Amino acid sequence: MKIVVCVKHVPDTEARIKIAADGKGPDLSGVKMIISPYDEYALEEALRLRESLAASEVVVLAAGGDEVGASLRQALAVGADRAVHVHEPALSAADPLARARALAAALRAEAPDLVFTGKTGVGDDQGQVGPMLAELLDLPHVGGATKVKVDGGRLTAWREIEGAVEIMEGALPALVAWDKGEHEPRYASLKGIMAAKKKPLDVRKASDLGVTDVKPLVVRESMELPPARPAGRILTGDAEAAARELARLLHVEAKVI
Amino acid sequence: MATVLVLLERRGGELKRPSLQAVSVARRLAGDGGRVDALALGDGAAGAAAAAGEAGADRVLAAADPGFDAYAPETYAAALADAVRESGCEIVLVAGTAMGRDVAARAAARLTTGLLSDLVEVERPAAGGLRGRRPVYSGKAFAWEAVPEARPAMATLRPNAFAVVPVPGKAAEVVPFSPSAVTARVAATRIETPPRQELDVAEASVIVSGGRGLKAPEHFSLVRDLAQALGGAVGASRAVVDAGWIPHAHQVGQTGKVVSPSLYVACGISGAIQHLAGMSSSKVIVAINKDADAPIFKVATYGIVGDVFEVLPKLTAEIAKIKAES
Repeated sequence: MKIVVCVKHVPDTEARIKIAADGKGPDLSGVKMIISPYDEYALEEALRLRESLAASEVVVLAAGGDEVGASLRQALAVGADRAVHVHEPALSAADPLARARALAAALRAEAPDLVFTGKTGVGDDQGQVGPMLAELLDLPHVGGATKVKVDGGRLTAWREIEGAVEIMEGALPALVAWDKGEHEPRYASLKGIMAAKKKPLDVRKASDLGVTDVKPLVVRESMELPPARPAGRILTGDAEAAARELARLLHVEAKVI
Repeated sequence: MATVLVLLERRGGELKRPSLQAVSVARRLAGDGGRVDALALGDGAAGAAAAAGEAGADRVLAAADPGFDAYAPETYAAALADAVRESGCEIVLVAGTAMGRDVAARAAARLTTGLLSDLVEVERPAAGGLRGRRPVYSGKAFAWEAVPEARPAMATLRPNAFAVVPVPGKAAEVVPFSPSAVTARVAATRIETPPRQELDVAEASVIVSGGRGLKAPEHFSLVRDLAQALGGAVGASRAVVDAGWIPHAHQVGQTGKVVSPSLYVACGISGAIQHLAGMSSSKVIVAINKDADAPIFKVATYGIVGDVFEVLPKLTAEIAKIKAES
């Protein structure tokens, strides 16, 4: 069984966001880039399925310009068998449907039993690519899974919905868009980093895969920082006096209790 | 003037409130003389007409096939795409819930159109289509985006960012609707509700969160006690979720839930960037932390520099006193 894990190259979640000169996107100069955390959970679960012998091969896939290669090498270093890079700089800033189309073109050639993505790429926070990929590939999907079981070509997945857990079941092939899974993503070992240098990383031009139209249907008009919060008030005195004053302010001034 | 289609989310026959919020937004965007259609799926679909009508819908496309009783993204998305053709709409709105986010994205791919995610403001430009404002980087920034040309222009709306605007006495016309049959290959088979009915942080108007400053998982009871006194939900920082003190469902922040309750109380939380991103749009923020230099105080409306073990029990008692008197 083959699993392809789609990964996105995103700014570190600890990064402070500044607005770029064009006023439309983030200024990423000097910002550390990482594999989107939900994609890391997806990769971890894929590696565990391979280790339990439910899967035989784990391939990682990303779309974008040269910079995306770093995330693919990272994924190889933690244990993926090989990587595919759909190379097209315009895809790094494309809208979700354009990115999903590029990934779908590469996935058709791979014909995996399972496609894993994160539930959303942190930063853009759209959460569209996973479900869109499933639709383009005519696969069923589970959005926001926290656990899956694969048994004899059948999939059972658990996902968090508002205030409850929904269990979905059906047949493979399928796509799973991962929320935080049950297992912490592993770190790359030195041995893994060395081994990754020899693993295949197949760079394909998007145009060779038949992906030509990356014109966005969704356009960004502007981006701004949230309004600054007014300065707060520090309550002094001992714990008892401060707690009493806080309760009073919440009741009388803020009127939230 | 426009025709706007809304997907109604029903669970166990009950219409979810974020869908009604979407219907009211649709009413506003449709304008005078415009039409609001709402798609209801599954057994008893026509029953949605009363509530949808009062929120502003003109018609309910009722696909009562019990095949829709089990949620499946593929069949729901196909039905929504069919309803777009039936309705002839220019705009599609979907509540940005776990279900809505799934279905809207699949339907947008099926229709080859543009989808705006998780909007907190939305308008219809004079030239048609949609534009809206949404948080990016989990609220570290906001973006205005638009679907200028592709039709229908689609959007998911952040739950509770918009109000239900009642239209008293308005009834929606029920139009029986039969989407082309699509077989679900993966579908929901059951829902497990946690034994103790805990309020979800994503839906709560008051949240009390705990972090490393609580020192040990058993001390979360101090946070729970305050949450209970306030009638709120229990949240947590990433550090304590990663440490296994409390399940991920409680995590507030960039890799957890992004929340904007009317009151957020951060207990023993220093305020890492990724946590602040998830809660700094809350209306009132209270920070209780030993370290006066903790970044959480920069976003706090009220702060107490002190020991959570001393402050929390006293605060819980004071809140209980006020609640008892009012």
